[in-house]
Amino acid sequence: MILRLDDVSKSYGALKVTDAVTFAVSRGEALGIIGPNGAGKSTLFNLITGNVLANAGRIEFLGRDVTRAPAMDRVRMGVGRSFQIPQPFEGLTVFENLLTAAAFGRGGREADMVDDCARILEETELLKKANVVAGSLSLLDRKRLELARAMATGPELLLLDEIAGGLTEGECKALVATIKAIHARGTTIIWIEHVLHALISVVERLLVLDFGRVISIGTPDAIMASKEVREIYLGLEV
Amino acid sequence: MYKLTTRTRAGTTTAIVAVALVLAGLPLPAVTSRGVIQDLFFILTMLTLAQLWNLLAGYGGLVSVGQQAFVGIGAYAMFAGVILAGWNPVWAILLGGVAGLLLAIPTAFFAFRLQGAYFAIGTWVIAEVTRLLIAQWKTLGGGTGTSLPREATSNILGTDAIRALFGVREAAARDILAYWLALLLVVIVTGGIYWLLKSRLGLALAAVRDNSEAARSVGVDTGRLKWAVFLIAAAATGLTGALIFMQTARISPDAAFAVTDWTAYVIFIVVIGGIGTIEGPIVGVIVFFILRSALADYGSWYLMTLGVIAIIVMLFAPKGLWGLISSRSGLHLFPVRRRLTGPKIEGGI
Repeated sequence: MILRLDDVSKSYGALKVTDAVTFAVSRGEALGIIGPNGAGKSTLFNLITGNVLANAGRIEFLGRDVTRAPAMDRVRMGVGRSFQIPQPFEGLTVFENLLTAAAFGRGGREADMVDDCARILEETELLKKANVVAGSLSLLDRKRLELARAMATGPELLLLDEIAGGLTEGECKALVATIKAIHARGTTIIWIEHVLHALISVVERLLVLDFGRVISIGTPDAIMASKEVREIYLGLEV
Repeated sequence: MYKLTTRTRAGTTTAIVAVALVLAGLPLPAVTSRGVIQDLFFILTMLTLAQLWNLLAGYGGLVSVGQQAFVGIGAYAMFAGVILAGWNPVWAILLGGVAGLLLAIPTAFFAFRLQGAYFAIGTWVIAEVTRLLIAQWKTLGGGTGTSLPREATSNILGTDAIRALFGVREAAARDILAYWLALLLVVIVTGGIYWLLKSRLGLALAAVRDNSEAARSVGVDTGRLKWAVFLIAAAATGLTGALIFMQTARISPDAAFAVTDWTAYVIFIVVIGGIGTIEGPIVGVIVFFILRSALADYGSWYLMTLGVIAIIVMLFAPKGLWGLISSRSGLHLFPVRRRLTGPKIEGGI
């Protein structure tokens, strides 16, 4: 197992946003997370990355207890993430965004990271814009940059937060192809997404979250056939 | 196949011009009056303080209005070294840096718990508390202050050689020495900040400035970075304070901890010049010196004029005068941008 969550909970005052969440992810697996807005999906990511600390429970990454570890330590251990709303370093260029992620996420000299950053830029179709200031990018390129910057940290576990949201069908298809290629090289992926057909084309299992609780976990076919999931998530009465 | 470069033609030209200016500045006391040397000393020390405040606020996002605490403690540490320990004033300047560093540790401990405007107010409060505490130090003149003893000012390291070299009196020799030390300090501080920005830490600073949550998510230790910037700025501000008051040879808590002189003017310089650039404080200090020379006789009108100019610049050129020049010309005298060169890459910037 690369990641294991045991009874992880997070509350803000009386509001419980993550409620005794338990699941595990195998090395090399792609897991999709779905659930209605406000189900606690992004909070769950923040708990895994360390941007938010859990009130209770235990999070293990690569067999080590990281429940209290700060975000920067988890990145260096191999947890890379993208944000739902792209958060580029706007004053830096696309290349500098990746260079920062590579130099600090992996630790090392800038000069040693150049070729790898260029390779990631090429894979995410950003190479042409390497020297463009990130603040001037379009939404698609910002999403690509989120993915590229997360990749630059050298992750073993890649967390993608609604990376296909807001894209056109063609843009989404291109991005999915990139994610598939990354996954095919052995990177473990956990992906929150509302664009279900994109998600299902990549992941092997789906986890359904509602009111901070895990409702169901299983293969995409089994999950999509589940009456409970269709009622909660898709709003369909079966 | 791919290469990283920060070098530009403008950057190389700047380096050559900077070396030429510094070399030309060294023998200047031989051909100019004492008044000019004093003016240059003022410009160089204000530029040093402005570069340091710019490092804090423009790069580190730490908008402090309490930097006078470090000017003051640095100056008082220098006086203490001379009066209480009998140190030569030049060596005692180093004590100013140490004192600035030591004061910065508890200051950061408390102030870093505050954010934004509260951080700014917090640093100001700490500076005021430090001023009130220093005013209780009777050995160093209490609230009214004191002067460097005659035997200390007449024996400052190197002044005998300067007197012999330029044929000047003791006070003028002290001014020349202070000017040279200020020149050395501004070169070290500006060069040091430029080196810092070109290092890995420069990338981290820019990342934190743009988005601290995203910076943490790529492995930047934002807390340690803020500590480092704050301590570096405090130590160098302490050194500058000690140097300023070695030149005046007289100190009082009100002068050494003056928020107007050591923080408000410094913020004005950085804001009108251009925050977040090394060029900005250089442009700003020139504008500030011209305004000061032209308006110094008009009392409070002087301060009001500075305020109005600062507001106008903030409204119409929020990145300062250098920002205006740079955006129109694309000029960067101190380039820090890392460019990727290689196949399939378009020009971009």
